[in-house]
Amino acid sequence: MKKETVEHIKANPHYQELLAKRTGFSIKLSIAMLTVYCIFILTIAFYPEILGTPLADGSVTTVGIPVGMGVIFFAFILTGIYTKRANGEFDDLSNKVKQSLKEDV
Amino acid sequence: MINRVFLFLILGTIGVFAAGAIEGVNPEQPLNISAIVMFLIFVGGTLGITYWAAKRTKSAKDFYTAGGGITGFQNGMAIAGDYMSAASFLGISGLVYYKGYDGLIYSIGFLVGWPIILFMIAEPLRNLGKYTFADVASYRLRQTPIRSLAASGSIATVVLYLIAQMVGSGKLIQLLFGLQYEIAVIIVGVLMILYVTFGGMLATTWVQIIKAFLLLSGATFMAVAVMAHYNFNFGQLFAHATELKGIEIMSPGGLVSDPISAISLAVALMFGTAGLPHILMRFFTVSDAKEARKSVFYATGFIGYFYILTFIIGFGAIVMVFQNPQYLDMAKQAVDGGYPILGGNNMAAIHLSHAVGGDFFLGFISAVAFATILAVVSGLTLAGASAISHDLYSSVIKKGKVDGITEMKVSKAATVVLGILAIIMGIAFENQNIAFVVGLAFAIAASANFPILFLSMYWSKLTTRGAVIGGSVGLATAVILVILGPIVWVDILGNAEAIFPYKYPALFSVISAFVSIWFFSITDTSHNAKAEREAFEAQYIRSQTGIGAEGASEH
Repeated sequence: MKKETVEHIKANPHYQELLAKRTGFSIKLSIAMLTVYCIFILTIAFYPEILGTPLADGSVTTVGIPVGMGVIFFAFILTGIYTKRANGEFDDLSNKVKQSLKEDV
Repeated sequence: MINRVFLFLILGTIGVFAAGAIEGVNPEQPLNISAIVMFLIFVGGTLGITYWAAKRTKSAKDFYTAGGGITGFQNGMAIAGDYMSAASFLGISGLVYYKGYDGLIYSIGFLVGWPIILFMIAEPLRNLGKYTFADVASYRLRQTPIRSLAASGSIATVVLYLIAQMVGSGKLIQLLFGLQYEIAVIIVGVLMILYVTFGGMLATTWVQIIKAFLLLSGATFMAVAVMAHYNFNFGQLFAHATELKGIEIMSPGGLVSDPISAISLAVALMFGTAGLPHILMRFFTVSDAKEARKSVFYATGFIGYFYILTFIIGFGAIVMVFQNPQYLDMAKQAVDGGYPILGGNNMAAIHLSHAVGGDFFLGFISAVAFATILAVVSGLTLAGASAISHDLYSSVIKKGKVDGITEMKVSKAATVVLGILAIIMGIAFENQNIAFVVGLAFAIAASANFPILFLSMYWSKLTTRGAVIGGSVGLATAVILVILGPIVWVDILGNAEAIFPYKYPALFSVISAFVSIWFFSITDTSHNAKAEREAFEAQYIRSQTGIGAEGASEH
């Protein structure tokens, strides 16, 4: 990639918008995943009895079961949210960058 | 010519298989006819696919990436096929059977790396790379040192993983099919060499897809059969299971004992997954970043679903296999007491398949377990062979002055060598304690491969010196701490106390890798370092937009 092309793309408002939106979004989702998992693991390490509490009196099913399943669903849903937005909005922006490159250079 | 060699090899394999099937009858282990018939159907089908793929594999790009024409859905299924090994199917369901809730904790650890791969790795990897992750790591850094290091990390990960798979497969097949251990290892090695050398990535991908489909179907059937017994009511299933095994199976047990071990295991699983060369390589088989993202979305769905199934299967085994005299190892019970099952806890899912579906379904699940091993070792070998041919031979030795056809030939030769090596090591390690091997593979992937890959994508100040020193430090720290840790130092070498107290070194080795990379990069004032930092912007634009990316689709 030539130096002028690099400068040209960096100055492109669509490119700047893409970077700002996507970087923020990826970081937010990553933090969400890491936070949920860390809380889960640290609960196991420090307060395992919380996850061992029965869901209701007389029930053997513990809080840990829906929480554990919830972490699996959460991971899957996050990938769905990211993929949907990136394949729509972010790809549109990056196509606009490519388009303007073709027109101007 | 190629076709004739291929047919010869197919016939040869079936000959070996038939001979083994007759000679290898263990007096205690009856030959499992329905399993062998179903396995032969699988082998026949996949060799047919390999034959078809061989005709379509003409260039290096076809060989390494199936021509880049795999769809996101197919690739997601293939990634799941790569990741759901026999060890995770039998091991996690066995852990749930043995410990209950702890099995779920373990499987969640294997899943949470995937969203992070999607948010951080998948897209830049697809946009910057061609065949291997070293393409990305060495994009703006010096080729020779970076590729040598990345290839070492890849080959170490692949070989360790292969040893674990080969030994596990030999034992499993011995138990399931009544074949001799050595014969089983040789069959796995020969079939894997056939798939990869002739069919390349295209055949490997379809073997993964078929296996993932069979494994998910079989596991779904087992889980549904278990739930049907309890009117699809989890409460009833858990109630019955706790009557047999006690209430503690519903809570976290001793799997994760102290916070340091817990975090260290989490780091190994999360960053290790993002540094496994055979997984990273799968992202080059799709056409663009859009399909790469879909791959992870589908893969996460399939893998998450699979872990939920293994959880149900583990509990199903508690209620249907535990204390069932049919599956009891009476000889072991006479010595140790309790209710040991034949073949140990890892056979819980296999016995459950018999309990819910009789001999026929047991045969099906056994064949699926065999197919699973084949698919995983094929993916591993292809990744190892690519590191040897694309990174070491083509880039380091020949300095990029080599044509695609020659490179492909080297890759095929490397596949054969790796396959033979895998067979030899599988036989050599038969009676060794290899519990540490997969953990070490993950630790190396997390401490050497992942930091270089991640920082090369996102950190503009990274230099060759920093990456090489830091990556080597990560690799060495991971290996040394595993050797000094409780599994190798105490359990294998027989010392009284471990020098390094934790089973999982990743937390320490990953931090030392990142810190060394940072320190030796920022203090690098060489002329090269300046040029490498300046090249970051152009790389970053390509990684973010796909402009100039390999095989990018035109819009």
